[in-house]
Amino acid sequence: MSRRGLRLAPPRWATATILILVGAVFSIPILAMVEFTLRDREEGHSLAHWGDLLAPANPAAYAPLWLGLTNSAILAVATVAIVLLLLAPTMILVQLRFPRLRRPFEFLCLLPISIPAIVLVVGLAPVYLVIGRTFGTGIWPLAFAYGITVLPYAYRSIQANLDAVDLGTLANAARSLGASWPRVVIDVLAPNLRVGLMLASLISIAVVLGEFTIASLLNRQNLQTALLVVSKIDPYVAVIMSLLSLGLVFVLLLVIDRIARRITAVRTEQA
Amino acid sequence: MTDETIATQEAAARLAALTGGNPLLADAGSGVEVRFDGVVKRYGGQTVLPGLDLTVRPGEFLALLGPSGCGKSTALRLLAGLEFADAGAIVVGGRDMSAVPTNRRDLGMVFQAYSLFPHMTVAKNTGYGLRMRKVPAATIADRVRAALELVGLDAFAERYPHQLSGGQQQRVALARALVTEPSVLLLDEPLSALDAKVRVQLRDEIRRIQLRLGITTIFVTHDQEEALAVADRIAVMHAGGIEQIGTPEELYSAPATAFVAEFIGRSSIVPAVVAGGRATVLGAEVALVTPVADGPGEVFLRPEQVRFVGADDGGVAATVVESSFLGSIRRTQVRTVDGVELVVQHPADERMQVGDRVAIAVHAASVAAR
Repeated sequence: MSRRGLRLAPPRWATATILILVGAVFSIPILAMVEFTLRDREEGHSLAHWGDLLAPANPAAYAPLWLGLTNSAILAVATVAIVLLLLAPTMILVQLRFPRLRRPFEFLCLLPISIPAIVLVVGLAPVYLVIGRTFGTGIWPLAFAYGITVLPYAYRSIQANLDAVDLGTLANAARSLGASWPRVVIDVLAPNLRVGLMLASLISIAVVLGEFTIASLLNRQNLQTALLVVSKIDPYVAVIMSLLSLGLVFVLLLVIDRIARRITAVRTEQA
Repeated sequence: MTDETIATQEAAARLAALTGGNPLLADAGSGVEVRFDGVVKRYGGQTVLPGLDLTVRPGEFLALLGPSGCGKSTALRLLAGLEFADAGAIVVGGRDMSAVPTNRRDLGMVFQAYSLFPHMTVAKNTGYGLRMRKVPAATIADRVRAALELVGLDAFAERYPHQLSGGQQQRVALARALVTEPSVLLLDEPLSALDAKVRVQLRDEIRRIQLRLGITTIFVTHDQEEALAVADRIAVMHAGGIEQIGTPEELYSAPATAFVAEFIGRSSIVPAVVAGGRATVLGAEVALVTPVADGPGEVFLRPEQVRFVGADDGGVAATVVESSFLGSIRRTQVRTVDGVELVVQHPADERMQVGDRVAIAVHAASVAAR
């Protein structure tokens, strides 16, 4: 067989074309948003609208925005905690000790993707009456609902990583060397699932920052509900906040990656 | 300095000279006894081990040999604590381990799949068990160096598993299992993922290290050649039970059952007539290693128990079907006029061509039969 016949990769021009097209799909809307926020009140472009955000003419008008942003950040942290401290250990447990439960568990985790948020809220509303009485009507209990909505995305990210690692052998090896189960998870499994856990966290944050329906129908204020309120007063600031939330996702990605790398390095050093 | 101190220092110096200063060798003992007492294991409705009884002597290298699904790996996993028995007891060094979790059993284990932690260097991997035992860092460094020296990989301490070959990874896994000085070493088909040449090298290396350390070792394999080459004794397993246990020589020359005769070594199964503890096969009368009922039966003839003879020496006429060159010997398959096929082992310089007419005779003191 000729060398040419073995070539499976697309030609360079095709790769470049695909990258340019995909890049354009992502970047054109963002650039359009940026351009919109830079339009001056008279003509031309300036940073006037960005300045309004930092020194608003009417602070009360923008107050919901800062509250929504704070609430969404709290929800993002709480949802990531649910993913990392509840979902991931459960998936490891199913993989190692109860492999027969994998299919039903997968079905359960993927189910929320097929349920529209508005239908979910119908079921969640009476539950949140109880939650409200138990935990109060603060923002963080909304993370329980968000924990459900991010399940399919977080599950797929972690499961893809689980499938790529021979978790059973690594765990058995660590156990035979004297490690307790918590040590096995922290020293051996988590570092090898770092990519999956990081992706699950990122996608959870993205879902939480973009969520509107559940918060709105359960009368909670998050970034998206606040943007709706503010956009009626000042559409420029609403778009600026959308851009900032996008930027926040990128920053969070970098922070999570840094932390995960540092934890892995420290654990490896200790081990 | 007291006489006692001087004597202790002299003894330490003598030991260091004998062991080359390697602390693992200096601590080498005589191993502990391992016992399975009526161990039962079921998976769902299927009984994998119906009641395993097995004793491994202190310092012994025992091979658990058998076909896939015979329960050998299950027995090892039960001993390691990776599974728990439904009934019976597993006793290590006189202590019932049945309910003790894996991480407190003090066993070293090398797995069939590569099991090094990918995110740790060779040194970190090797020292992991010591770290779990809260051994001081300086001692860990010394013992890791000694363990890697033992497997000849001390120069690879800072490499990561993906930078090692399969054989090197298994050697590191062996060092990692030995560095904690476990009471028993468990080897779960550690060579099966390696190519033939590396297999033989590592097999011999494992045996050499085991002899130096004197550690009780249980080696699970389905490869009879591996088991015959390294084990002090072999336990042949079949359907969850021990079919026969003995030295490689005993199993080869005096198989207790037809299964062992067929599984260990190579045999031709030849029709025979059995009467009074002897079998008449291909015109020759031979003793049976195990008694079977009188009447028509079958005997297991090893290739070296059949010879080519001259046409006038009263052999059985046969035709050459196939001949394989194996270095110093040849194995030739022949078919008698009655349609019985046998394998004959003979010197390599006796060349046979397919279709050659030959005469064969049985040359055995005793054979297994069924």
